[in-house]
Amino acid sequence: MEIIATRPETLTKTPFTYCPGCLHGVAHRLIAEAIQEEGLINSMCGVAPVGCSVFAYKFFNFDMAEAAHGRAPAVATGMKRARPEMHVFTYQGDGDLAAIGTAEIVHAANRGEKISVFFVNNAIYGMTGGQMAPTTLPDMKTTTSPYGRNTDDIGFPIRVCELLDTLVAPYYIERVSLLSPAEIIKAKKAVSKAIKYNKEGRGFTFIEFVSTCPTNWGVDPVKSRDWAKENMLPFFKPGLFRDKGEGV
Amino acid sequence: MAKILMKGNEAVAEAAIRAGCRLYFAYPITPQSELIEYMARMMPKVNGTFLQAESEVSAINMVYGAAGCGKRVMTSSSSPGVSLKMEGISYIAGAQLPAVIINVQRGGPGLGDIQPAQGDYFQATKGGGHGDYRLIVLAPASVQEFADMASEAFELADKYRNPVMILADGMLGQMMEPVEFKAPKTDEEIAELWKQHKDWCIQPNEDGDAKHHHEINSLEIDPLMLEKHVNKIYAKYAEIEKNEIRYEEYNISDDNEILCVAWGTASRIVKSAINELKKAGKSIGLIRPINVWPYPYEAVAKAIGPKVKQVYVFELNTGQMLDDVKIGVNGKVPVKFWGKVGGVVFTPAEIQAKLEECF
Ligand SMILES: Cc1ncc(C[n+]2csc(CCOP(=O)(O)OP(=O)(O)O)c2C)c(N)n1
Ligand code: SF4
Ligand SMILES: [Mg+2]
Repeated sequence: MEIIATRPETLTKTPFTYCPGCLHGVAHRLIAEAIQEEGLINSMCGVAPVGCSVFAYKFFNFDMAEAAHGRAPAVATGMKRARPEMHVFTYQGDGDLAAIGTAEIVHAANRGEKISVFFVNNAIYGMTGGQMAPTTLPDMKTTTSPYGRNTDDIGFPIRVCELLDTLVAPYYIERVSLLSPAEIIKAKKAVSKAIKYNKEGRGFTFIEFVSTCPTNWGVDPVKSRDWAKENMLPFFKPGLFRDKGEGV
Repeated sequence: MAKILMKGNEAVAEAAIRAGCRLYFAYPITPQSELIEYMARMMPKVNGTFLQAESEVSAINMVYGAAGCGKRVMTSSSSPGVSLKMEGISYIAGAQLPAVIINVQRGGPGLGDIQPAQGDYFQATKGGGHGDYRLIVLAPASVQEFADMASEAFELADKYRNPVMILADGMLGQMMEPVEFKAPKTDEEIAELWKQHKDWCIQPNEDGDAKHHHEINSLEIDPLMLEKHVNKIYAKYAEIEKNEIRYEEYNISDDNEILCVAWGTASRIVKSAINELKKAGKSIGLIRPINVWPYPYEAVAKAIGPKVKQVYVFELNTGQMLDDVKIGVNGKVPVKFWGKVGGVVFTPAEIQAKLEECF
């Protein structure tokens, strides 16, 4: 019998603890595959955030650190500076990265830290039960915006790729979507490029995944993807912002 | 080696580099700026990392990351900045990482001022960050001691895998005194130091061991597991309390009529007053805790001689170590306190006057 697909060695055998239909697992899988394909299992290390993916340190099969909420880019900076021979990435949600950790991500990007950042944007605080995130869409209802996000009161969602694209140092910035198989295949290419650049020590690489949270959006997984395609993609447009490797 | 005249801030930085510190992350603040500036100049010369972080919050989290890699790493700040580091310190203690933090204290609360003070004693010795943890806290009283404590702090941090704070103040940071340094550690010695952490730290999986998976983490979602983890850390703290109590006895004798307790800069001023009163035939002893956690409770109790009718605590705060002295004295004799705050430093004459009132 020929095995055509199996768990990459870069993932442990610990089962994911995500809700059914959650796309965190897909994002983990893409990152793990890319690390495996680049042959980095023995020199990679990662930083897990505070959010639904807080247990990412159990899922990736190499050395991992668990950071305080939002501080992953600072922790990764310390790791990369202490062990320049290793390859370092962070995995962060939107509350973690674009609210409490705004200073840390902007300055890590601005220094051009030679790390990769994987940013899962599901427009909500998943782990704490569905509160408003900095990426929550206008009029979107959450437990802390029960009448819908009022942009007069609390402003508009933050587009992180666009924000980081104003900085000089970052090497590669791309936003991808995890909302359909075709888009997941595209996302994989972006993740592979980020990991390859990381391996080559080129500079700061940043991938944003447009994702979902069926549980806290209160819809089933299929509907959550349809909703995200209709509402998130127009605001968070997938695309390449920066690729110094390709002269973009 | 000949003695060099140096500011405390620079002396402790030099001593840290000599002790094998090769990573330093910090944010500027008065009165510790000479420390960060010294590191900015000298770290590149030893192929070390100097990084000016975007905040103290980031600096301490960089320390967390580097310490998780098993390397000697340090940060420094002054009171308001140290408050920002408290989140990270709790995580470092929870994840059992070795790291050194220097606090060159200034007047508080809030933005306070930039003059020497001892108002962060509670924060350093009783918590500051959240949860059940302890910081090992060393309190220097001279530039020489400040410098010596750099290597001691790293040794303790490595030995116990726990954050260690050097609790200095603006006086010690800014003042120049002669210092004698230890010989710098060689690159080979530093490489050996890193190896002591290879069983747990983040590192390349050199032999491609399929089971290799180290986690730097303070999360234990299962309450029974967290209980076990905290108990384990507290067993370690019990060891520290057994092994690492340090204090200085000054002029302690059975003739003492007053026992003073003071730490850091304040203790030097108290010593001057004791010397003056000695000339007038008055016998006063002093206990100076050198490590303020773990605290020398028994030493305080034992130093109460047969004629002591008063224990007197002097601090540059409103009476923070006072609580610990009371625990040590345990009601045997009355305990009095006098201090100055706001970055105002008392004079030997003022202390002398306070002590004379007791006779
Ligand atoms: C300092 C601090 N503040 C608040 C929290 C509570 N908290 C945990 S996860 C989270 C939000 C995470 O949301 P996000 O980053 O979007 O990740 P998701 O769960 O959606 O993947 C918050 C506020 C915390 N753990 N620490
Ligand atoms: S709460 Fe949302 S983000 Fe979290 S695991 Fe469930 S579906 Fe995924
Ligand atoms: Mg989220």
